[in-house]
Amino acid sequence: MSIMGTRVIRTEDPRLLTAGGVYVDDLRTPELSGAARLTFVRSPVAHARITGIDTSEALSEPGVIAVLTVRDMDDLAPPPPDSGDGDGAGEGPMPLGGVWSEPLLAVDTVRYVGEPVAVVITDGRYQGEDAADLVSVDYDPLPAVVGPAAAVTDETLLFPAAGTNIAATKPAPTDDAPFEACEAVVEQVIVNQRVACLPMESRATAASYQNGKLTVWHSSQNAQLCRFIIAGALGMAPDQIRVVVPDVGGGFGAKVGIDRDAIIVAWAARKTGRSLRWAETRSENLVGMTQGRAQLQHIKIGGNRDGRILAYRIEVIQDSGAYGRMSAFLPFLTCLMAPGVYDIPEVQTGYQVTFTNATPISAYRGAGRPEATAAIERAVDLFATEIGMDPAEVRRRNLVAPDRFPFQTKTGALYDTGRYEEALDKVLAAAGYDQLREDQRRRRASGDPKQLGIGVSTYVEITAADAGAGETAKLEVKDDGTAVVYTGSSAHGQGHHTAWAMLVQDELGIPMDQVTVIHGDTDLIPVGVGTYGSRSLQLGGSAVHKAALEVKDDARHQAAAMLEAAEADVVLDTATGLWQVRGDPDTALSWAQVAGHTSGGSLIADVSFTADRPTFPFGAHVSVVEVDTETGQVKMLRHVTVDDAGPVLNPILAEGQRHGGIAQGAAQALFEEVLYDPDGNPLTSTLADYAAISAPDLPSFELASSETPTDLNPLGAKGIGEAGTIGSTPAIQNAVIDAVSHLGIRHIDMPTTPQRVWTAITEARKASNQ
Amino acid sequence: MKVDLTVNGKEITADVEDRMLLVHFLRDVADLTATNIGCDTTSCGACTVLLDGESVKSCTVLAAQASGHEITTVEGLASNGTMHPVQQAFHEQHGLQCGFCTPGMVMAIVSMLKENPHPTEEQVRTGLEGNLCRCTGYHNIVRAALAAAEVSA
Repeated sequence: MSIMGTRVIRTEDPRLLTAGGVYVDDLRTPELSGAARLTFVRSPVAHARITGIDTSEALSEPGVIAVLTVRDMDDLAPPPPDSGDGDGAGEGPMPLGGVWSEPLLAVDTVRYVGEPVAVVITDGRYQGEDAADLVSVDYDPLPAVVGPAAAVTDETLLFPAAGTNIAATKPAPTDDAPFEACEAVVEQVIVNQRVACLPMESRATAASYQNGKLTVWHSSQNAQLCRFIIAGALGMAPDQIRVVVPDVGGGFGAKVGIDRDAIIVAWAARKTGRSLRWAETRSENLVGMTQGRAQLQHIKIGGNRDGRILAYRIEVIQDSGAYGRMSAFLPFLTCLMAPGVYDIPEVQTGYQVTFTNATPISAYRGAGRPEATAAIERAVDLFATEIGMDPAEVRRRNLVAPDRFPFQTKTGALYDTGRYEEALDKVLAAAGYDQLREDQRRRRASGDPKQLGIGVSTYVEITAADAGAGETAKLEVKDDGTAVVYTGSSAHGQGHHTAWAMLVQDELGIPMDQVTVIHGDTDLIPVGVGTYGSRSLQLGGSAVHKAALEVKDDARHQAAAMLEAAEADVVLDTATGLWQVRGDPDTALSWAQVAGHTSGGSLIADVSFTADRPTFPFGAHVSVVEVDTETGQVKMLRHVTVDDAGPVLNPILAEGQRHGGIAQGAAQALFEEVLYDPDGNPLTSTLADYAAISAPDLPSFELASSETPTDLNPLGAKGIGEAGTIGSTPAIQNAVIDAVSHLGIRHIDMPTTPQRVWTAITEARKASNQ
Repeated sequence: MKVDLTVNGKEITADVEDRMLLVHFLRDVADLTATNIGCDTTSCGACTVLLDGESVKSCTVLAAQASGHEITTVEGLASNGTMHPVQQAFHEQHGLQCGFCTPGMVMAIVSMLKENPHPTEEQVRTGLEGNLCRCTGYHNIVRAALAAAEVSA
């Protein structure tokens, strides 16, 4: 029986459970013995000119090896001046160059609290914190731009030479005619709030420069991209750089590549000739690591009273934070996925990307797609309430029908496969939707202070958006019968080592425990793309599958020669891992024998797999919440989902991805928000202030299965890493609003905190008494 | 100052700064790196270890305070190569993904089950309020705790 689709517990676990992982700060490699500590001096103000830096007092502290500022970066191309020429405005890919450039250490302006200004290098970690406090920086404050609405007024400019804060614009069509033809139209301004990505391991980097070679150990989602970026930033040839990604304590998009802080660590190691370690504190992480979402959305939806949606418009202002990392790509994806699972005749999208004096925004689990789904799913609920129809029924009447695939959307996406109505039916049945509505009616009728809310979302998202970039795999079967997989994909909790070994066992019959999986070392794997955008299994897994097929072909050729048989008569028994002439067990050859027979002593396939197009997983979620109308407190009672990402390789891993995704969606819907005061000071820069979701906030989840394959890769797989978040966020927000909709409440922005819910209830009651 | 701790049954004597945190003692002096640091406000629980059998957050205990006491980290939990029932349950229930919160989670649950050998799901969830995980949505961690309680019963 094939191992595919079975619940194989992870091979990664025993080490992580008994000895702990080896994360960057745990490395005890010889190159790092005696490594010094690097500590950042960060801007305490949101927006200011730097008028002077005095490092003398810090330098006199015990254990201080060096204090470095931008003036010490004389071995790099000069950073762009903060008052450069050029208009810089208009459309353009991020990261933006020229007038918008982001320096490594601040030049003469700081643009967010937490921006790196100097580094202190010390023997010990406590000495670093002491000395960093003694670096004296004079700041001449400038007015802070807080929030995207303030940014687009251009009253205060982050980059004066650009003449505007708006870095990129895609104007939305303003044709109102499609809406004027509708029987019902609803508009809403929605805040998709800024949230922290919060991997449990904060950013960490170590670096060593010896004999002209720079080695960088970095907590990242892709070693090879890190090497590319470092080479560019430090003016080195890629083969002078080795990047090693050891165990990584979560990424969620915020560890794609390498950011300026970590590049500074690599630079400082080269500059000082000392091996260095940096592992940021959580308080640094909550201002220094890129954050997610941060969109201000204006939506308009129109349709007829029979439930048919005829027109939808979304205009996005994307808060980029202080610099352009991936922030122009996010609203692009939001607009691409704007109509979701619905067949809407008229869809209008537009966006602006604007700079603010806040931590830069980049990818966070879903990266642009959760924002699209949150908007359309809120819009559909608003429309359903407006026409007095059940929200599940409105969805059903507008879903793309199963015979329409591949389905070309009005926004330019080509959905590969989907059975949207089936997913909706399945989740409604699993949740007992009709009974839930009955319970809700009963509570409303009795005036129960604890009201029931039922939220529905149906979603489709895009995974492996960069399918053409593909992924690499090298598979080697050695003359002892064991196999080694070198993957360009990059595990940080997903279970690649288990999954890739399953793929090898399934195709070659080499038992999983004889398969070693290696990732994240550019000396061993110079070419690779990495793990992000829910791409790993469909691209990286398909690459492993392809490599296994090539090794199998090669082995068949070898075995045929050894057995003096025609290749067509030589077969592999994947249950035993033995090659034999068909029907003749006496001819059995092991993998060790076949590999040992080759001139090099092993069978090797080195492949790259690319897909023609992205895939589009889909699903439906039902959230059930209880809202205490006297306090505004929300309690999640149940969360039921169908998440269809094609055939499942290992249900344990796929369910784990869904669980984590659901929780992060719940976190945004209910609790989490990065906040700034009017001067741009962060109010949520510790875990005591940032309301990270914890176990008592959540119920156990109820997952129903559904598997609709894609034809875009041999595994039929789509991505599952982000789907849970994309589906759960709007279902839960809709549930909270649904619980109080009978009071006349139509919308509450996320996070739906007790204060917000209570305020909405109070205002609604006041309005109804007038 | 001089401190004298017993860590996973082994006595360790060292001269450390007065202000050294227990977690830094474990990682930098005892060279036991399984215990991780996830925050600086005693909020996340990644650094949870047992001090004389009771769970503490080792970022909020000074090495000096732990002097003369017994510390157990996740490295000291398995016996003769056999995982502790809580470790085994995490493995079987897929209670870990990236593994960073795991040592602290496991130690918190070991301590919780000692206090309450038969917790309900709600009690498990409440008991884990001080331990954050970003990967699992807590679903399988809770299942692992309940499964471990079942096995130990």
